Amino acid sequence: MMNVLETVRISIRALKANKTRSALTMLGIVIGVMAVIIMFAVGNGANIEIAERFASLGTNILMVRPGTGRGPGSATRGTINTLVIGDAYAIAEHSSAVAYAAPVSYGNAQIVYGNANYPARVTGTTPDYFAVQDWELASGRVFTDQDVRGATKVCVVGQTILRELFGGQDPEGKVIRVKKVPMMIIGVLEELGESSRGDDQDNVIIVPVSTALRRIFSSPRPDSVAMISVKAVSENHLEIAQQQIENLLTVRHRIRPGEENDFTVRNLTQFIESAKSATNVMTMLLIAVAGVSLLVGGIGIMNIMLVSVTERTREIGIRMAIGAKRKDIQLQFLVEALILSMLGGITGIVLGIGGSWVISSGFGWTVLVSPDSIILSFGFSAFVGIFFGYYPAWKASLLSPIEALRHE
Amino acid sequence: MDLVQVDSIRKTYCLGGVEVHALQGVSFSIAKGEFVSIMGASGSGKSTLLNIIGCLDNPSDGSYMLDGIDVSTLKIDRLADIRKHTIGFVFQGFNLLPRMSALENVELPMLYKGVKASRRKKRAMEALEKVGLEDRSFHQPHQLSGGQQQRVAIARSLANDAPLILADEPTGNLDSHTSEEVMKLFVNLNEQMGKTIIQVTHEPVMADFGKRIIRFMDGKLLSDELVQRA
Repeated sequence: MMNVLETVRISIRALKANKTRSALTMLGIVIGVMAVIIMFAVGNGANIEIAERFASLGTNILMVRPGTGRGPGSATRGTINTLVIGDAYAIAEHSSAVAYAAPVSYGNAQIVYGNANYPARVTGTTPDYFAVQDWELASGRVFTDQDVRGATKVCVVGQTILRELFGGQDPEGKVIRVKKVPMMIIGVLEELGESSRGDDQDNVIIVPVSTALRRIFSSPRPDSVAMISVKAVSENHLEIAQQQIENLLTVRHRIRPGEENDFTVRNLTQFIESAKSATNVMTMLLIAVAGVSLLVGGIGIMNIMLVSVTERTREIGIRMAIGAKRKDIQLQFLVEALILSMLGGITGIVLGIGGSWVISSGFGWTVLVSPDSIILSFGFSAFVGIFFGYYPAWKASLLSPIEALRHE
Repeated sequence: MDLVQVDSIRKTYCLGGVEVHALQGVSFSIAKGEFVSIMGASGSGKSTLLNIIGCLDNPSDGSYMLDGIDVSTLKIDRLADIRKHTIGFVFQGFNLLPRMSALENVELPMLYKGVKASRRKKRAMEALEKVGLEDRSFHQPHQLSGGQQQRVAIARSLANDAPLILADEPTGNLDSHTSEEVMKLFVNLNEQMGKTIIQVTHEPVMADFGKRIIRFMDGKLLSDELVQRA
């Protein structure tokens, strides 16, 4: 029995003798492995991006919205007015797993200062909202619960407002008009950047919820809010907090057993999971396509190996005559197929890593080449080599030395 | 003891439904150290006989003892074992592997025997010296003349130190001058190293280099005589 290292040397020599053909044979595997690596990298990157974007929103946040949360338009803001400011205070007070709860009411308004104006998003809420969102002020102060009770005309503005209306000058104490309501600026938010949807989060003015509802938007139901933002004590308390809020609001809203809730509590991890599972499905589909090209590459190897066996019949005959056993011949051709596929695999991995890098720097996508995908695709290409190399090798080993020697 | 002992060997092929009796009961024996030339027209069965003696094929009937072992019924892989230990082949078409140096070609049988690389190289070099090609060891077959290629093939047949060398028309592709050199090499191996040599040829001049000539016709032994040296 010949030793394996020698077989590898013999195989490499045979492959070198036909460089172009060997390279073309490998190409199928190269492309397949490259595609698998890149697809995995892009898929992983998408998941990381999703996780990061949600993490920037805070992972221990719950959102309470009016409506059942099921069916089309079930949670449309403004049409269902079941959540009130008092609910937020009750949640903060009675739910032990809740750290902060803030009612939120949104609207858009034109902001006027002097002869400049700019459209911004108006968020009416309570001081707790800053704690829920982990927002810090760049300067000034946050309005107080006193301000909320009195519907004081004070506000905190975002960096975009600061830039657009004040040219970056300190706006503290200045009065802006929001839908003709004069509001005094008492603080400026730190820079928040874009949201996961690409909105400018800095184009915002934050006012006491009562001021927003009664004075700015003159809401016919000055108590009801679009949602309540809740921060649980910790990530581990999310489920308990969710349960406590549901129990509390069921009582407060006088929902009888069997009746559907008129509110929905959701946590962000559920959004993350659903977003991730969507990308995962996509990634798996793409990997399956890449896998098919690996398979085709394997068939290419088998094809070439079969041709090679026929071409080298005489060589096989000589080797057999001077003492090679069937196993030796089989091993040689199997190793050739394996070297082709593994070399193709390695090349594919290198090109895949390179391709991922090009994608990340060219398109600005987050990509991550995971060791798993490298091991998987390398293993798979080795498997393809063995699987598709076996038949030609077996055919070679069945040749009769006499026939093989007579072969021209 | 006789190295080769064939007894009532028959070989029947089935070619396209027609039975061909290539060998019809052949018996003879060859002792160690002999140099035998087997002669016969094409179709006389001499190639079939050489295949059987060379353990490349089994006889349909009869027995064949090689070096005291009955090899007539052995399986293919066992025959491969016997080949690499007992027999060195020299072919008409040289049958060297292309794209391999002379040295590597000579090493090849030892590779399948599992000889270590350093020892393999040393012995291959020695074998090349015996055929006078030590200065061509790194040349590939296509860089060598026909006679040189055949000498590399002979060196390869020596590599495993097999007692028996089988040569199938070893001079068939060579001119008469080179043929003579190759035959002298065989005579030398036979006389100096005590190799048993069996060659198949249809050239009487080449046959006469041997010590004994066995003639075949139609699958049967025609004559078996010692060469008369003048």
